[in-house]
Amino acid sequence: MQELGYLKETPSQTAGPYVHIGLTPDFCDIGGVYAQDLGSAMVNEKTLGERITVTGHIYDGTGAPVRDAVVEIWQADSAGLYNSPSEMRGAADPNFAGWGRCPTSAEDGVYRFETVKPGCVPFKDGRTMAPHISFWIVARGINIGLHTRMYFPEEADANNADPLLARIEHGERIATMIATRDGATYTFEIRLQGEKETVFLDI
Amino acid sequence: MSDISNRKPETGAFFARDRAWHPPAYAPGYKTSVLRSPQRALLSLDSTISEITGPVFGHSMIGELDNDLIHNFARPGESAIGERIIVHGRVLDERGRPVSGALVEFWQANAGGRYRHKKETYLAAIDPNFGGCGRCITDEYGQYSFRTIRPGAYPWPNGVNDWRPAHIHFSIFGHGFAQRLITQMYFDGDPMIWKCPIVGTIPDKAAIEQLIAPLDWGNTIPMDARAYKFDIVLRGRRSILFENRLEGN
Repeated sequence: MQELGYLKETPSQTAGPYVHIGLTPDFCDIGGVYAQDLGSAMVNEKTLGERITVTGHIYDGTGAPVRDAVVEIWQADSAGLYNSPSEMRGAADPNFAGWGRCPTSAEDGVYRFETVKPGCVPFKDGRTMAPHISFWIVARGINIGLHTRMYFPEEADANNADPLLARIEHGERIATMIATRDGATYTFEIRLQGEKETVFLDI
Repeated sequence: MSDISNRKPETGAFFARDRAWHPPAYAPGYKTSVLRSPQRALLSLDSTISEITGPVFGHSMIGELDNDLIHNFARPGESAIGERIIVHGRVLDERGRPVSGALVEFWQANAGGRYRHKKETYLAAIDPNFGGCGRCITDEYGQYSFRTIRPGAYPWPNGVNDWRPAHIHFSIFGHGFAQRLITQMYFDGDPMIWKCPIVGTIPDKAAIEQLIAPLDWGNTIPMDARAYKFDIVLRGRRSILFENRLEGN
């Protein structure tokens, strides 16, 4: 019989304690190699949509903030289009990359993104997913990057109908994927372990 | 737009990740993972458009010295100290297709095993001409290459006498957010690979061997630099028909 011949994915390894050297060198005072840290600015003055701030911490199993992580986010623009060659539904806002990268602060472990509220995108079967931002987290001690999503608290109806949130077997855990809101600032606290452990995704 | 290949973008969902091939989140031999590993099962879900899509990083963002760690932080006319090497290879997906336009970022310790980072406490000396980071974007065949110095091994506070083998960290951004991967490359023949608790988080010996780059004598440059070849495999994706794309991929 013929072999299928698929390759194996390269195994993941921890980003280590010094992930900043590689991904955000300016942040750790290795200046002059690149013009600026990638992903540090998601919006400009022409970006369409409602400006928001997304901020929060990543907490470890003792409740201490992780202060050596890097967070990346990926989201649709305000019209619900991804700025990606794989986006087949139309052209996204050219002034919005949709991708951001931010280290957590070495002092207090806070991450922060200035972005726009994303529009809705469809699930595979055509149902609408609630507005959300995809998160990916790496740090020392995280052997394989963690995927999760942030949803918006004012979108209760859309969240109730969201196909991904509906898959969470223990309903009380849905709250771990929904940010809290104060004006235009959304706080999304990510917990790696414990009673309120964030729902992480294998997608 | 000249940075985007003419090939039709793939829009299929990604193959499920073989979690048994990757290190588990909780690996007590690597102590930091104990408090940083999720304890609950991951929510499994076929990737949606939110994970199938991903940003494009154009070649235009790459500076002339971005893939030359020997010179990209050095003072004019000087260069980093150490054994000069070239690291090169291809980024492929699980179907063996080249991943063009992938952003490959890499970082490492200097020849003495010391990182340029304020939290670094190892006694080895800082090299004033070595920053330790570089990046490049794969070409249409999925190929990347960079010049650097071979990093040194270094001790770390895990066990009483734990050392990391010489290694280079790699971050790869392919075509979809679900493909995102960070890994490490090790050097063939280094006996310390098999003593390292971080390497040891990977359960399968064949998976570990996938991270060990062989000396590539054919591409070694006489009187200049030895070469190591390191191919990287990202998740593959199914080539399926979409209602809005009946011609497939």
